[in-house]
Amino acid sequence: MTKWLSISDVKEKIVATSAEEVTASYLETIEKSSINGYTCISDGALDAAKMVDKGEVAGPLAGVPIAIKDNISTKGLATTCSSKILEGYVPPYDAHVIERLKAAGAVIIGKTNMDEFAMGTSTESSCYGVTLNPWDHERVPGGSSGGSAAVVAAGEAPISLGSDTGGSVRCPAAFCGVVGLKPTYGAVSRYGLISYANSLEQIGPMATCVEDIAAVMDVIGGYDARDSTSIDKKIDHQAALVDDVKGLKIGVPDEYFGEGVDTGTEKAVWDAINKFEEMGASWEKVSMPNTKYALAAYYTIAMSEASSNLARFDGTRYGPRSDGENWHVMASRTRAENFGKEVQRRILLGTYALSAGYQDKYYLKALQVRTLVKQDFERAFANFDVLMAPTMPLPAFKIGEKVEDPLSQYLTDVNTVPMNLAGVPCISVPCGSSDGLPVGLQIIGNHFDEATLIRTAYSFEKNTDHNKARPGEVA
Amino acid sequence: MITKDEVEHVGWLCRIEIDDAEAEDYAVKLSSVLDYFGQLDEVDTEGVEPTYHMADIMNVFREDVVTPSLDQKDVLTNTAEEKDGYIKAPRII
Repeated sequence: MTKWLSISDVKEKIVATSAEEVTASYLETIEKSSINGYTCISDGALDAAKMVDKGEVAGPLAGVPIAIKDNISTKGLATTCSSKILEGYVPPYDAHVIERLKAAGAVIIGKTNMDEFAMGTSTESSCYGVTLNPWDHERVPGGSSGGSAAVVAAGEAPISLGSDTGGSVRCPAAFCGVVGLKPTYGAVSRYGLISYANSLEQIGPMATCVEDIAAVMDVIGGYDARDSTSIDKKIDHQAALVDDVKGLKIGVPDEYFGEGVDTGTEKAVWDAINKFEEMGASWEKVSMPNTKYALAAYYTIAMSEASSNLARFDGTRYGPRSDGENWHVMASRTRAENFGKEVQRRILLGTYALSAGYQDKYYLKALQVRTLVKQDFERAFANFDVLMAPTMPLPAFKIGEKVEDPLSQYLTDVNTVPMNLAGVPCISVPCGSSDGLPVGLQIIGNHFDEATLIRTAYSFEKNTDHNKARPGEVA
Repeated sequence: MITKDEVEHVGWLCRIEIDDAEAEDYAVKLSSVLDYFGQLDEVDTEGVEPTYHMADIMNVFREDVVTPSLDQKDVLTNTAEEKDGYIKAPRII
């Protein structure tokens, strides 16, 4: 049976034994793992834990192991975005979130597998091979933060960090039956996060319960001058851990229950919404008419930004370098030989969308549609406190099922990309199962209203048993 | 539709070497995605401002003061070729 420990369980264990023993027991579990969730393990994890035991480091996460997505820079610990083009790259500095975690006493245990450069919904595009879904090893863990979700679900770390550009925290959280939060754009510094689509992405935590999500957010959230899009706004996530949704107004967007939503998923989500009604909340349907264009706008913007952000990987400053008679040939070969096919496709499409003659047709048009999607949310939040929908339209799919047809995989992001376009916060919490696989309920809040989001998710968890389901013992 | 020639041109713009067979494959796969993007044409965006960014901020300034930065030695550890404290790359022109 998989053992899940919350942060408070870990702290109790540290008191009973030691931080070193707790970290050692996680390292032992990882050693025996068959899911391929980690890309590398930190040599310094045991030493960091020993420092906690000696009282040299204290803080709200003292001695708590945490797994970090492989696109977040960790000083002295390989950071590759699961791409051959960053093979051997060891960052000379820590990301803002890593500095904060270390200062809070957390033990960085290792880096987790992901779709190459966070481009995907399945973790299949990783140069290290796919991570297996702990619930069913023939299925994907979701993506792009598949490793971060799977190691938490498999009991190989109590908490982890992912990044969410178009659903990359929420999708794997839903597929692996854990909790995952995408904060408001600007709430967590992106300093040290290797950019894919910088106007869309945020770093977010994953855990087995909402309480732990709040605890990690109180450590990593807040202003940082090194990210020029960081917003100076204080949010107290743990103060929002209140079991009370009386009078809460829930909007249920019709468009998120469209064609192609799996029946079991739809039922689990509606059961959850009805449960909220029982708990004293009210719900009403709401229309968000521009939702159907969100996916095309999202991919146009994400690929355009990617084509620019990934220009820096050219064999000059880091990573492998191919031969070539001049710089242009060297760079073209380095990129052709070391970027995977999906990354190449997105860079090509992004470059095309930004090239002379097409910029207005694709890029500018997508940015205008983004405004319309944002206005849908503004209208909805004028009447509702939160919105609810399935996180993913279907449970985890089989490995290999969507590899050959990129568009079919893009389409699974239909319920997660609008929030990145609008910058609003959202959380995925387990709400039951479909065919024995976990289903995620997505709760969406207004800008910087993480407090309502946390309170809503926490209340649901306190009044249901869904988050107690573990791989191997399906609820 | 994107043609094979266009794929090769775009490949050059973004410095990704593409051989003939790959260009054919890309032309097919990229066209199906571009077709999908084409549905944006249906949306009436007359007079709608583009949203480049969600953060409600314009210019972010800081004082022009020197602050500690990475050591030159640390910055150079990841490069394929280093010479006299510089990153060495093949000639550009």
